[in-house]
Amino acid sequence: MATKFINITLKIWRQRNNKEKGSIQTYTLNKVSTDSSFLEMLDQLNEQLIQEQKDPVAFDHDCREGICGMCSLYINGRAHGPDTGTTTCQLHMRKFNDGDTIYIEPWRSKAFPIVKDLVVDRSAFDRIQQAGGFVSVNTSGRTMDANAIPIPKSDADKAFEAAACIGCGACVASCKNGSAMLFVGAKVSQYALLPQGKVEASARVMNMVRQMDEEGFGNCTNTGACEVECPKGISIENIARMNRELIKAAVTSDK
Amino acid sequence: MSKLDAKIPEGPLAEKWTNHKNHMKLVAPNNRPKIDVIVVGTGLAGASAAASLGEMGYNVKAFCFQDSPRRAHSIAAQGGINAAKNYQNDGDSIYRLFYDTIKGGDYRAREANVYRLAEVSGNIIDQCVAQGVPFAREYGGLLDNRSFGGTQVQRTFYAAGQTGQQLLLGAYSALSRQIGLGRVKMFHRHEMMDLVLIDGKARGIIARNLITGEIERHSAHAVVLASGGYGNVYFLSTNAMGSNVSAAWKVHKKGAYFANPCFVQIHPTCIPVHGTNQSKLTLMSESLRNSGRIWVPKKKEDAEAIREGRLKPTQISEEDRDYFLERRYPAFGNLVPRDVASRAAKERCDAGYGIEANDTNEGVYLDFATEIKNKGRQAAFAQGDSNPSEEKVLALGKKWIEEKYGNLFQMYEKITDENPYETPMKIYPAVHYTMGGVWVDYNLQSTIPGCFVTGEANFSDHGANRLGASALMQGLADGYFVLPYTLSNYLADDIRTGKISTDDPAFETAAQEVEARIQALLDTKGSKSVDYFHKKLGLIMWNNVGMARNEAGLKEAIDAIGALREEFYKDVFIPGTAQELNPELEKAMRVADFLELGQLMAVDALKRNESCGGHFREEYQDEEGETLRNDEKFKVVAAWEYQGGDAQKATLHQEPLNYEFIKIAARNYK
Repeated sequence: MATKFINITLKIWRQRNNKEKGSIQTYTLNKVSTDSSFLEMLDQLNEQLIQEQKDPVAFDHDCREGICGMCSLYINGRAHGPDTGTTTCQLHMRKFNDGDTIYIEPWRSKAFPIVKDLVVDRSAFDRIQQAGGFVSVNTSGRTMDANAIPIPKSDADKAFEAAACIGCGACVASCKNGSAMLFVGAKVSQYALLPQGKVEASARVMNMVRQMDEEGFGNCTNTGACEVECPKGISIENIARMNRELIKAAVTSDK
Repeated sequence: MSKLDAKIPEGPLAEKWTNHKNHMKLVAPNNRPKIDVIVVGTGLAGASAAASLGEMGYNVKAFCFQDSPRRAHSIAAQGGINAAKNYQNDGDSIYRLFYDTIKGGDYRAREANVYRLAEVSGNIIDQCVAQGVPFAREYGGLLDNRSFGGTQVQRTFYAAGQTGQQLLLGAYSALSRQIGLGRVKMFHRHEMMDLVLIDGKARGIIARNLITGEIERHSAHAVVLASGGYGNVYFLSTNAMGSNVSAAWKVHKKGAYFANPCFVQIHPTCIPVHGTNQSKLTLMSESLRNSGRIWVPKKKEDAEAIREGRLKPTQISEEDRDYFLERRYPAFGNLVPRDVASRAAKERCDAGYGIEANDTNEGVYLDFATEIKNKGRQAAFAQGDSNPSEEKVLALGKKWIEEKYGNLFQMYEKITDENPYETPMKIYPAVHYTMGGVWVDYNLQSTIPGCFVTGEANFSDHGANRLGASALMQGLADGYFVLPYTLSNYLADDIRTGKISTDDPAFETAAQEVEARIQALLDTKGSKSVDYFHKKLGLIMWNNVGMARNEAGLKEAIDAIGALREEFYKDVFIPGTAQELNPELEKAMRVADFLELGQLMAVDALKRNESCGGHFREEYQDEEGETLRNDEKFKVVAAWEYQGGDAQKATLHQEPLNYEFIKIAARNYK
């Protein structure tokens, strides 16, 4: 792989805080290595802005290896940019060409208010999790032996695939309805597929969906954009499973 | 009594923890709501501690600088978690896990702590499964295991290459449950700025709300730090960008001793450095060494041809490859401990056999071709095909690899633009984990009463080198199964104390100091960015306090870091204000602490005139380049007392390490 250097134009959403109005600002950035990640390119821009004693662009990031779910960004109209199955931190500049103009915006969703520039508040996800995304077991370590309940490999694998969600919010940002059903469906599915989660399955799905609605997320209309843009390839089967769980709970629960 | 009383309980090794638990003081359920506890950090150690303490009924306040507790860097751990379950029936036991860990740490960890860790390891797996953590399973529905470095048994539980993620989400779910029940109050996007002491006890923290910039006071009867390691002192490391030493350093500045700062783990299998704008290094899990073979060309001219792009690794024949770990360490082969594997890679690259075309030619191959063929043949046989075609073998082998390591292979391809199913991975060691940290006794309490430190932030369990898959084990052991007992024992004396007031002058003074520190940084208005200083510090650390250290280099580093720190305070430029989200200000405060810590690491490395584990002093090695310990002088924990920013003035205290149950010997993986 040969390293190249490209010159690009950036159109970035700048907004001081959640009270002031924001706008798109234009920046020119030269000599960007194609081996750089997208966030390293933004580091380079910020270094340039700091040298000019200007305010750098605020963006969320942490692990930079695609697993913490902290990075976001709408890049040229797509969550986490043009590559598939990847987070912004794992998107590399070799996916862009010399002379390109790149639009960078924050996640766009009512339930994710903007904090500053490209940083949004995703704490609604935490509150959904708090409403029921757990197995109610105390942490004494005095449960039964881990091998006491065999779990079919296919169930364990499916539960793992659902649990691989990193909570980044790309599904919400990509959805025309701003729906969080892929996120919630993945968490509901993980527990619905495992025997440990069965006891409180009804309460879980009802509480999580209720919280999801209260947070202002929209409904699912089966477009499937979330699945396409999900950096971890979470399947919309999980939404179907959540709906089944919800219907089951609605007719069997005494609440 | 010395401040360094490790408080190791009396009695036989296997009974210490049980006896100790049986005689500890308790806090009755009706008294727990009268007691406040602060937990800083929400990784495995912090989230598990906060969840457990909340569940017990204490009032818990938990803090993390990320936008959600689920993002803490434990999430990035890939390969697995050790536990002495012996599910594979290959001779594992609590004693063997204990022994492997002590030996792996090159006899620089406390016996009693490590035994306890091994003892509770099985409970961790039980707990996690009960929480719904989807570990990998075999077709019979039982849990699968794999091997990690420094062991000859299969005791590592895993969830593909995302074990840390699944364990952290398990702990996060337990924490979320307590937040939902109102027993834990979560403060995300908050950073601890200082520890508040009243009458010599930890009684609260000063925190900064990272969104508004507000300086907040939070009181408690005890403070638990679970704030992670300090690998980012090297700028380039596998740590998350935000990982920092600041919470631990603030505690150190307030009187807690900092132990073995020079013990740093440089992980052998990371993606090599590509250029000057690089912001971090990415780990390729140690689990890959189960299936991958590490090699460089036998001939220097082949290595050169590869670097110049004239030759491909797949064109080099078997007899022209040097599988140097298998050659040097036949008993453990590619699964030697990390420090050993890293040094061996460095040795080959220093000798001119490196294959990466970067400034330093530093890189070796991690090759899966043999495993793809073997597993492919096995899979074909299992399908009833005893004479499969080569294409079929390769296809089935790749499928097997994908199932085990799919996400890692994908990550590698995204970063390097090369397909590791077809060509060997290029890897090189990188800073990964810090064994050193805040000194704690057996109860995980620092030298400040009421200030407890857990997980990577403390120094306690890994000696001079941590074995793979042991960090996750320690984080959860501390948080779920140790701290809830030992902290209650401490808090039992506080049931009549009543609420700690944040109007206390100690809070006032600490808050004013924090505000003054922030203002001074903003007022510097120099000409260079925070990253400029961080990168410079990182280079000094990597070159002089990295994989190989010597007296002259360490002395040079001590002076250079001192000078850099002075320049930082004169010439750093931080845009923006203190009353807003200001990532540059956050970074500046963290780098200010790294500029003190880095110097202490060099001082500690200079003082430790021996080689052990990850600490390799070139002056102390045998004919074959292996570490030479000096047990007579350095079978000790080096615990440093802060005496101002200049680390050369720090006072050294030593805790002797007594090995009563293990016979201490030279480490041998041959």
